[in-house]
This record gives sequence, structure tokens and C-alpha cells, in this order.
Amino acid sequence: MMNSRKRKIGWGFVIFFTPVFLWLALLFVLPHLELLRLSFLGTDYYGKSGVTLENYAAFFKEPAYWMTCARTAVYSIIVTLIILMIALPMAFYITKVVGLRVRGLLTLMIVVPFWVSVLIRVYGWMIILRESGIINRVLIGLGIWKTPLEMLYNDASLMVGLVHTNLLFMLVPIIGVMDSLDNSLIEAGSNLGAGKLMIWWKIIIPHCMTGIMSGSIIVFMLVTGSYITPALMGGKNSQWFTQQIYNQFIIAFNWNQGAAFGFLLLAISSLIVWVALRITGQKLGEVVK
Amino acid sequence: MIRTLPTTRTYRIGFGVFAAAYFLFLFAPLVIVGVLAFNDSMFPSLPWYGFTLDWFIGKGPKKVGLFYNPMNMMAILTSLRVALGVSLLSTVVGTCAAFLFEQEEFRFKRLFYLLMIAPMVVPGVILGISILSFANSLGVLLEQSLGIDLRLLSPGLLLVTFGQSTFITTFVTLVIIARLKKFDRTLEDAAYNLGATRLEVIWHITLKYLRPSIIGGAAVAFLLSFENFNTTLFLIGSKPTLPIALFAQIRDGGSPVVNAVSVLLMFSMSVVALGNLYLSRKSDAQ
Repeated sequence: MMNSRKRKIGWGFVIFFTPVFLWLALLFVLPHLELLRLSFLGTDYYGKSGVTLENYAAFFKEPAYWMTCARTAVYSIIVTLIILMIALPMAFYITKVVGLRVRGLLTLMIVVPFWVSVLIRVYGWMIILRESGIINRVLIGLGIWKTPLEMLYNDASLMVGLVHTNLLFMLVPIIGVMDSLDNSLIEAGSNLGAGKLMIWWKIIIPHCMTGIMSGSIIVFMLVTGSYITPALMGGKNSQWFTQQIYNQFIIAFNWNQGAAFGFLLLAISSLIVWVALRITGQKLGEVVK
Repeated sequence: MIRTLPTTRTYRIGFGVFAAAYFLFLFAPLVIVGVLAFNDSMFPSLPWYGFTLDWFIGKGPKKVGLFYNPMNMMAILTSLRVALGVSLLSTVVGTCAAFLFEQEEFRFKRLFYLLMIAPMVVPGVILGISILSFANSLGVLLEQSLGIDLRLLSPGLLLVTFGQSTFITTFVTLVIIARLKKFDRTLEDAAYNLGATRLEVIWHITLKYLRPSIIGGAAVAFLLSFENFNTTLFLIGSKPTLPIALFAQIRDGGSPVVNAVSVLLMFSMSVVALGNLYLSRKSDAQ
């Protein structure tokens, strides 16, 4: 039986492999190699182009560049932690607290908003928060305050937007692992006199660690790479690193500099993921599964 | 603490309040965008001046609705074309990839698998600039060496279609692989023993079994393409897709027409997603 399958492998392999190879080579590997090559090219004062490290050096020399990058990294970590703080109790509520019938409904309700484009969700927040927005209208209408307050275009509104648009990607993996946690472990802990905090700390969190890490990695990568939310909800001073890339590519038309920024974004976010895995003692292979 | 353990009233109420706040936070922006599309006002904000459909079907002169707004209608059409192309391309390649990784053995398979996953992990902005750079260099190279000017390689809808397919194909592949993993391969062996060729087996048995996941993958591809912004931003030429057109309008403050587009999008996305959910439920039941 195995033999009949083995013998026919030849052309089947070619048919399946060719499109996949073309896809990965032409649309992924070669473009990234080209981007890498561009990031090492530059033009000197005399207009002569050649290989240079100047694009990478510029990042460290110019505070506007590396500070934007550092802000992006720090804010992404904070957003990831906020999302984790919301997702843990919510996942617990859905998997362990509510009845089985409510559970299906809640799961659906969690997913539905994420079918709607990020752009529309951000637009919704803009309508709610801005100076002529819903909150201001309602509160002034009720006489709670007199002059409208601009609540959009600052770091807090940016955080609200980023948390809202990425919550689901933390919830799904955590619900997955929390579901596999045997209830009797929690019951045993409780019967032996452990308080709620102790049960969370000693039973629930250790069990959910793989889900927590995979959710955190996905959310962190999505947040660092996001463009719409920082561009529409952040303030003038809270530029995101992706906006720097856009500025270099489309506005300054300095592709070499933009290419270097692209690789720096990749390298720095991968480094942070690696450090996080190190600190929590998780292995990438287990987390990715 | 959990269903089976006795809990205090405060604990249950506390959790209930938390969940209510969570869903309020989740749905508030969507509901508000939706409701304000029907407000008889020139601005997407309160106060409420009464219900109207003008922002969909208004012919002007004061209120020109979505259906008479050429810019947004063109953008919707452009997005539909791109999304159709992307779902076709990524479904074909994704099906091949699923077969390749599930049914074939070859050298460096593990490496290729990681490479297949990578487009999903790399930020969309970086995918965009890398494909833009590559297409541009390729165009320059072809022009200098062969003297052909390939307009197709400059930013435009073809580049957008390919660019989006780069990571969307990964999603489709994973959807199809998930179902192929559950496939009982003795069915194939039975067919081989009865004298079927590989092509016949794939066509009559495996692909038939995979059909729900192929349709599901195509739907996922369509949705992902229709709302893609980050990769598209760098590859777009003179014809904007809907997210690109909407972005510009929202940055300038938005208008009730943007709300109307949002309602239209929310409605059609739910139809596609619910249809998809229904199909996958049905195939799971089989």
C-alpha cells in the first residue's frame, strides 16, 4: 500500500511544490533579500552610490528615529500587558464561571466585532472621543462640564484604540489553554484552603503559560506593526515607527533609509519576543503550537 | 470560584459587571458608527435630528448618499476586484501548499514549513515595502537589459493583489491543512487498490472531502483582502481600494457617508462570516 503511494510521488510533488515555491520565492524571500540589499546602499556627498552602513548608523545618530522606535516598543509592551490583564479574567469567566449555554453566546459575541475592519472600529472611537464627539455632547448636555474636552489624539486614546483592536488575539489562545485546565485541580486547591489569588498564581497561570505567551507574541507583533490606529488616534508626538517607514518610503522617497528601518523594526521586535520567552522560560516551539 | 464551587454573591456580581463592561467597550464604537449613519445631520455626531436614509440614497443637493458618491462606489468596486483575485490566487496556491505539507515528504520540509508561516508573522508594512522594492528593481532590470517597460510592475492593482496574497495564502493554507489532518488516508489507499491514479484520487476523494475548508479558506481570504490596509498602502497606484479611500476621509474627520459605508461593510461582512460559520458547522456535523 505504501509503495503504491510512494511510486506516484514524482509528478504530484512537482505540481504541489511549484506554485508554493514560486509564491515563497517571488513574493517573500526575494523581496526581503532585495530590501536587505537596499538597506545597505546609499549615496555619498558626491552623488556616488555604493555599499554603506550609513542607513543603520543614521538610526542611532538621529534621536527622532530611535526614540520613535523605543516609544513604539515600550508602548507595545504596555498595550500587551493591559490586554493580558483584561483577557485573563475574561477567558476565565467564559471557560469556568458561566454556564455552558451562555458560553457559546459569549464566545460568538467576543469574535463578532473583529469581523469589522480596524478602520471602522477606530473611526467609532474617534466619533466617541473627539472634541465634538459623543462623550462631550452627552456630558455637556447633562451639564456635567461646560467646555468640550479633546480626548482624542493623545497617548491614552491611542492605548484605547490599540487595546480594542487587538484583544481577540490574546483571548483566543488563552481560552484554548484554560479550557484544558482540569476543574478538579481548582476544586482541590480550594478544598485545601487556598485563596483565590493563590489558586490563580499557583494553578491557573502556570497552566496557561503557553497560551499567555503565544497570545502575547501575536498581540505584540500586531501592535508594533500597526499603522491605522497610531496614525488616526495618536497625538502629534506619539508617532509610531511604522509611520517613520512610511515617511521614508513615500514622502522623503529615501527607500534605502526606509528599508533599514524595516529591518530594524523586525530585528527589535524579534529581540523583544526572544527576551520575553527567555524570562518566562518558554520555548518558541511549544508556544507556536 | 468556578461553576462547581460555591461562590459569594459579590463574586458573581463582580464578574458580571466586568463582563458587561467588557462588552460595552467592545461594541460601543461599532454601535455608534452604525447608528449615526441614520442621523439626519450633516456631521457624524450627536445631537440626534431624526432618522433618515439620505446618507445611503440621498441624491443631493444637500445630502449626497453613498450610492451617489462616485469615489466610494469606485473604491468598493476596486476592493471587490482585488479581493476576488486574491481569494482565487491564494486558494489555489494554498490548496497546493496544504497537499505539499500534509502528503509529501521532501528534504528541508521543516524549513519550508517555517518559511510558509513567516508571511503571517512579518508586519504588513514590511511586506508592503519589500514587495514594492522588489517589483521596482525587477522592472528597472527588465527595462535596462531587455528594453521592455513592464507597467504591471509599478504600483497598482496587480501588485496589490500579489502583495496581499503573500500573507493571505498562509491563512488559507492553515485552514485547509487543519481539515486535511483529519482526513482518513485509508480512503485513498482503498481507491489506489481499486486502480485509481493519484489524480483521480485527489480529484474524486480528497478535494471533495476538502471542499468546505476550501470554500472557508476562500471566504477568509476575501475578508482579509477586503479590509487590508498596511500592505496595500505601499503598493497602491492611482486607484485606491476602499480601506485606503476610507482612511483619507476618516483622517479628515469623517462624514455620515463614511458611516454609511461602515454599515454596508458591517452588514456584508456579517453575511459572509455567518454563511461561512454555517457551512463549517454543517461540514463538522457530517
